[in-house]
Amino acid sequence: MIADLAVQGAQMLLVLLLAPLLTGFVRKVKARLLRRQGPPLIQPYRDLARLMRKEVVLADSASWLFRVIPYLIFATTWVAASLVPTFGTGLLFSWSADLIAIIALLGSARFFLALAGLDVGTSFGGIGSSREVMIASLAEPAMIMIVFTAALIAGSTQLSTMAEFMASPAVGLRVSLALALIALIMVAIAENGRIPVDNPATHLELTMVHEAMVLEYSGRHLALIELTAALKLILYVSIIACLFAPWGLAAAGAGLPALAVGIATYIGKLAVGGFLLALFETSIAKMRVFRVPEFLGAALMLGLLATLLRFVSGSF
Amino acid sequence: MTLTIVLACAAALLALAPIAVMIGRSPAATPFVYGASVIVTAVSLAAASAHLLSAAAPLGVTLPVGLPWLGAHLRLDALSAFFLVVVDLGAFAASVFALGYGAHETAPTRVLPFYPAFLAGMTLVVLADDAFTFLVSWEFMSLSSWALVMSHHRVPDNVRAGYIYLLMASFGTLALLLGFGLLAGPGGLYTFEQMRAAHPSAMLGALVLILALIGAGSKAGIVPLHVWLPLAHPAAPSHVSALMSGVMTKVAVYGFVRIVFDLVGHPAWWWSILVLALAGITTVMGVLYALMQHDLKRLLAYHTVENIGIIFIGLGLALAFAAHGLNFAAALAFTAALLHVFNHSLFKSLLFFGAGAVLTATGERDMEHLGGLIHRMPRTAFVFLIGCAAISALPPLNGFVSEWLTFQAVLLSPQLPSWGLKLMVPAVGALLALSAALAAACFVKAYGVTFLGRPRTPAAAAATETDPFSLAAMFLLAALCLLVGILPGLFINALAPVSAMLVGGHMPEQTGAQWLALVPIAESRSSYDGLLVFLFMVLSGTLAAVAIHRLASDRLRRAPAWDCGYPDASPATQYTATSFAQPIRRVFGSVVFAAREHGEMPPPGDVRPARLVVDIHDLIWDALYAPLASGIGIAADRLNRLQFLTIRQFLTLVFCTLVILLLVLAIWS
Repeated sequence: MIADLAVQGAQMLLVLLLAPLLTGFVRKVKARLLRRQGPPLIQPYRDLARLMRKEVVLADSASWLFRVIPYLIFATTWVAASLVPTFGTGLLFSWSADLIAIIALLGSARFFLALAGLDVGTSFGGIGSSREVMIASLAEPAMIMIVFTAALIAGSTQLSTMAEFMASPAVGLRVSLALALIALIMVAIAENGRIPVDNPATHLELTMVHEAMVLEYSGRHLALIELTAALKLILYVSIIACLFAPWGLAAAGAGLPALAVGIATYIGKLAVGGFLLALFETSIAKMRVFRVPEFLGAALMLGLLATLLRFVSGSF
Repeated sequence: MTLTIVLACAAALLALAPIAVMIGRSPAATPFVYGASVIVTAVSLAAASAHLLSAAAPLGVTLPVGLPWLGAHLRLDALSAFFLVVVDLGAFAASVFALGYGAHETAPTRVLPFYPAFLAGMTLVVLADDAFTFLVSWEFMSLSSWALVMSHHRVPDNVRAGYIYLLMASFGTLALLLGFGLLAGPGGLYTFEQMRAAHPSAMLGALVLILALIGAGSKAGIVPLHVWLPLAHPAAPSHVSALMSGVMTKVAVYGFVRIVFDLVGHPAWWWSILVLALAGITTVMGVLYALMQHDLKRLLAYHTVENIGIIFIGLGLALAFAAHGLNFAAALAFTAALLHVFNHSLFKSLLFFGAGAVLTATGERDMEHLGGLIHRMPRTAFVFLIGCAAISALPPLNGFVSEWLTFQAVLLSPQLPSWGLKLMVPAVGALLALSAALAAACFVKAYGVTFLGRPRTPAAAAATETDPFSLAAMFLLAALCLLVGILPGLFINALAPVSAMLVGGHMPEQTGAQWLALVPIAESRSSYDGLLVFLFMVLSGTLAAVAIHRLASDRLRRAPAWDCGYPDASPATQYTATSFAQPIRRVFGSVVFAAREHGEMPPPGDVRPARLVVDIHDLIWDALYAPLASGIGIAADRLNRLQFLTIRQFLTLVFCTLVILLLVLAIWS
């Protein structure tokens, strides 16, 4: 019991501490690929610390909701991230929310962030929120279809059970899983506001989505929102790793060596994921905002196709 | 005993109507009628919940009214008790709300008599145990709600709404009448008990299913029979809108469940394809329609269509599973549908109350004239936010639980052997997922434009917080939304007798798992614990807040909005409801509504402003109802000539008709 609690606590701390590092790593790799020196790996931590120290400049028309939302979305995303198996499947509370609930928790965070974009009553906030919900309206069903595919293969929507099944030889090579993987990567890119859907590095461009929504935030509020964005990135990389690369995960009740192996492989997976993301982002141009529905529509269709294949025959 | 109490309550409500007519003009009438409704519905609610929770045996009684050879059969079984709880809870909350809201009514004499009559009508529909009583109560419910829709009859839109409502309600009742006729057979077996024993053939059953879908579906708002709903629901006073949208549509669902699951008997698997297809279309169309609206009450009414779709997806899956004898899966889908019935009645009433509070405070229903109400009406804004989050299916609130259960039911459907369903169910699952995401977008828009931002008109800037009765009703419903969300097991257990009665199985007892988690099948398969998720969220949010305020800066300065350095002082530069929906309109609306945007640029020298014009077409209205209406109009014009015949021509006409009828009879036999 105590050991389980420790694993769960370690998981919560691990994602929280590693999240800015992953963001810093992606930035560094991107900079190196562009032959720039790039900021140091720990720059995101420094940014967070600096933002925390600064005072909050709150717009005159901001309401109490605007001040609550950073805490709310941080809490929701952190809860979601701590329920995804990262280094081990023996999470004490993993049964309290299955993958559908985790997706819905992220949906809650997005709902409130979009409200925050509308709260101050500026045109930039509105543009960000309206585009964010448009993107979500396609990304979320695509994600649910991916969950359906994986859940039908594993016979469960519990992430820990799914990971255990995916690690077992019973899973084999399947067409539907390949389709689901492609769709999941597309959704993850859109959900995290990465190129080609959105550009996390711009601040004054009409095509931006996420940055436009949070334009009015400053100080500790902005720090929380940045941390939440980093948590969301690590969460999606963890979901992909847990479903499609579940190797090295420590089983429930495993000893310390297995856990150490789990943590080491997890960090390795994050590095690979971050590197691939940076590579992808540097090799592609950002698309116009009304091309995004086509991109995500393709993800939705792939997800639906994968689910249909599963329904039609158990062997795909 | 329980049935007597419930019937006495219905009788008290019926008696309240003439009393309201008599005292309607006195200022004490409003508090008296609503106060009495509060007490009566509370008693009825207690009786019905006691019956449901104790899983008591069905109670029946035959009253010597109605058809002389039939009498009025009334029965309280698990299904009636559950829907009675929904009706009474909604009615109780609406009556409490109306204690405050009703004081602003400009024409109380047009509302007060019909309000208790409407409540009594809905109560009697769910209690009826023969076709005659059912149909009479159904019509009574329709007509009293029609009178309430027409209470502000000088508004031209309301007259049109009332007219279309009356037409659709009559059409729906006609379909139900025919459906009951088929079930009763040539022997005229009008009581439900005799119908249950009759076991019609699959073809006849399918015909009854279609008639029930038309009859009950038109009342519930199934696409394409939904056209009256977004017109009529917002036209009524807000507490009645809440009842019509939150409760009366559920009575329609009751009608469907009673006929299809109870009276028809064992379903054939292919029936569910029709139900699932219509439900899937209804879900997505409803939310897309809602997204295009900028009238707050109409948006809510359209959104009811979406939720009815979700309920019917659950019912369709339950039919499919039940037809294949998968009783456990059928119970899961059926429970999901019933829980969504309950949940929707909670949050839709809450949201309509909120819209009513906004209407009283500002005199506006159009969101484009609102904004910034969170500063002026903080309590209403808070509960409305809970309602929005609940209806958008966000954990840890109640809307998520029923959608999650529906998803779990979809995930069980590869067990279904029939190919049609194998292809149908994933598509319906995708539509459900799509509608869930669109619903969140819809309520970000509704809440963000109405309550957040800066006030767009002086009326919005001068709004004041609503009265304590209205707030009490809204807080009650918001608390229930949270309660069902974090302790869903208790409510699901209460539904066990209903699903055991209708689909021959029920979900396992839900209070056994640790931390009251919801475990539909097995913990390794899927589980969800709203309580724990809620606790975690509160805990980590508090932790973050405490840590940041202890360790980091807690200084705060108010300043003008930044807006990338170009703040505009005019609130007209904010995003409006129409502009918020623009990306989604472009993605979905260009197909579904043939939506087009074009700029209107005045010629040089003309000082009119340039405008962006959005054309949206309701294709269902254009393709189905407009030709139908014009066809009827043309036919009426042609037949009009028959009024101006001479007496000889009339006599010839009668003679010819007689000859033709006699010929038909001769050939027929």
